[in-house]
Amino acid sequence: MQRYIVKRVGEAILALFALSIIIFLMVRMTGDPALLMLPPDAGADALEDIRHSMGLDKPLVVQYGLFIRDYAHGSFGDSLRSKTPVSELVKDRLPNSLKLVGTAAVIVLLISIPLGVLSAVYRGTWIDTLATGFAVLGQAVPVFWLGILMIQLFTVKLGWLPSSGMGGLDHYIMPAFALGFFTVAAIQRLLRSSMLEAMDSEYIKLARIKGLTEFKVIWKHALRNSMISVITLGGIYIAILITLGILVEVVFAWPGMGRLMFQGIVFRDFPVVQAVVLISAAIVIFSSLVVDIAYAYLDPRIRLQ
Amino acid sequence: MAKSINTAAIQPGKANPWPKILASLKSAPLIPLSIILVFVLAAILADLVTFHDAYQVRLSDRLIPPFWQDGGSWSHPLGTDPLGRDVLTRITYGARVSIIIAAAALAIGGGFGTLIGLTAGYYGGKVDSILMRLADITLAFPLILFAILLVMVLGPSMMNVIIAITLVLWARYARVIRGEVLGLMQRDFIARAKVSGASDWRIMMRHLLPNVMPTLIVLLTLQVGWVIIVEASLSFLGAGIPPPTPAWGGMLAEGREYVSTAWWVTTAPGIAIMLVVLAFNLCGDWLRERLDPKQRSI
Repeated sequence: MQRYIVKRVGEAILALFALSIIIFLMVRMTGDPALLMLPPDAGADALEDIRHSMGLDKPLVVQYGLFIRDYAHGSFGDSLRSKTPVSELVKDRLPNSLKLVGTAAVIVLLISIPLGVLSAVYRGTWIDTLATGFAVLGQAVPVFWLGILMIQLFTVKLGWLPSSGMGGLDHYIMPAFALGFFTVAAIQRLLRSSMLEAMDSEYIKLARIKGLTEFKVIWKHALRNSMISVITLGGIYIAILITLGILVEVVFAWPGMGRLMFQGIVFRDFPVVQAVVLISAAIVIFSSLVVDIAYAYLDPRIRLQ
Repeated sequence: MAKSINTAAIQPGKANPWPKILASLKSAPLIPLSIILVFVLAAILADLVTFHDAYQVRLSDRLIPPFWQDGGSWSHPLGTDPLGRDVLTRITYGARVSIIIAAAALAIGGGFGTLIGLTAGYYGGKVDSILMRLADITLAFPLILFAILLVMVLGPSMMNVIIAITLVLWARYARVIRGEVLGLMQRDFIARAKVSGASDWRIMMRHLLPNVMPTLIVLLTLQVGWVIIVEASLSFLGAGIPPPTPAWGGMLAEGREYVSTAWWVTTAPGIAIMLVVLAFNLCGDWLRERLDPKQRSI
């Protein structure tokens, strides 16, 4: 177990390290990074200033050290557009993004697990066809178009739900469903096939012979073992939710990190985009690390490897 | 005597291969295959099958609805966008953009990843652990985020989108192919090839590669849709194909402000993306079932 944790933590740190180096080098090899950090109309003095504070006159290694030091202290530079420190923008937006992703994650679990189980139990019936069709569709519909379709139906046509911004619970419904759709599809497909496999196994036969109710056999014994395959990919699902969250936030004008980044792209506000990418990537890498360790803790087979 | 019996026994099977071909065709996903065919043809023949200029802005023709709605006409079957450009024409040229990016990213990323996977699996040991660690680190990157940053620094262009996708794509191929190769390395024919003095390169290319081909083909097919969605997402965010080049994701972004008045501007590219991705995913599933016996039972 300890060895596994050390290995996974090492991998996560290496990934972050590699990401920071790639970003660092990419910015420096493709032109003058000072130009990226300043608005196009900046004067020569401002350029000189930023060159000095970024240490562009120093060797690369020192520059990298400065880059890491700034990020470790939570100073990501100033936004070119609003002139405010990026760290303040992020502080305002990050909780909103986490609320959206969290809500979507709950919805995903509430829908995909029953869907996956039912489609396996009622294999070959209309329930299976419906659930599987839904899943196949979920993996082909781009999330931003789904969001637009929902707005067209529920806001423009029916006038039931607000189309943008944050507010009461009704503001969460469309963004959270749109965000979760793809992951629901992915988990349903995976759970269906591992449930089918589980229900074919010896321990389920034994559970039936013991005279357990069918309900207990399916929802306790078979599901518990089938969930292992889903939990294995838990980190990937979280990563998917966080990246798709960017697109959903743009569609629903959700005041989170994704929208912040989108505005950064539109206004070529490099410090903002760089900070959002690095922070989101760090969250993705960290959460898949947590999931993997929790999973190893739960499943002795991984722990003892 | 024996000869005539033999031919008689063999003849029926040889003379009539059609039942077999027809049977396999029957199970083929014909609708997805035809969608793919239309998609590829549209991409190749875009100049011949469209009647409008994909770039010509004509503000007097802006936001004309599709032909079946009031004010629509057959001259713009799917209507026009906010700049008066024909939606169907731009969808057709958009197919070309999607297919170029998918083909280039999969050829370069898939090819490179396969080579890495073959090398890692064949040599094993240190080479293997270094290459696989690299692949794992790459897989830990959220692709869209990475691509956005890259495009931001290098500037939006088709080339840079391909570079960004390729830089992340190879890792999955490396992982999967390496896993397959590890299994193959235990087999006799590899040992025999080694004994017979075949070079490492020859064993990888002539003995290992053909055996991982089925897996590779399934993976490639299943990832076409994924690459198309990633490219559309990037273009939607403004970090992909720069306007005015017609790309499906970009068209969706341009129509976003008009959802309440001009639904067709976003619906047409949305349906195009969905149909093509759906078609490739279904074909990939079908291929996997046919080529991978392990999957067949489920």
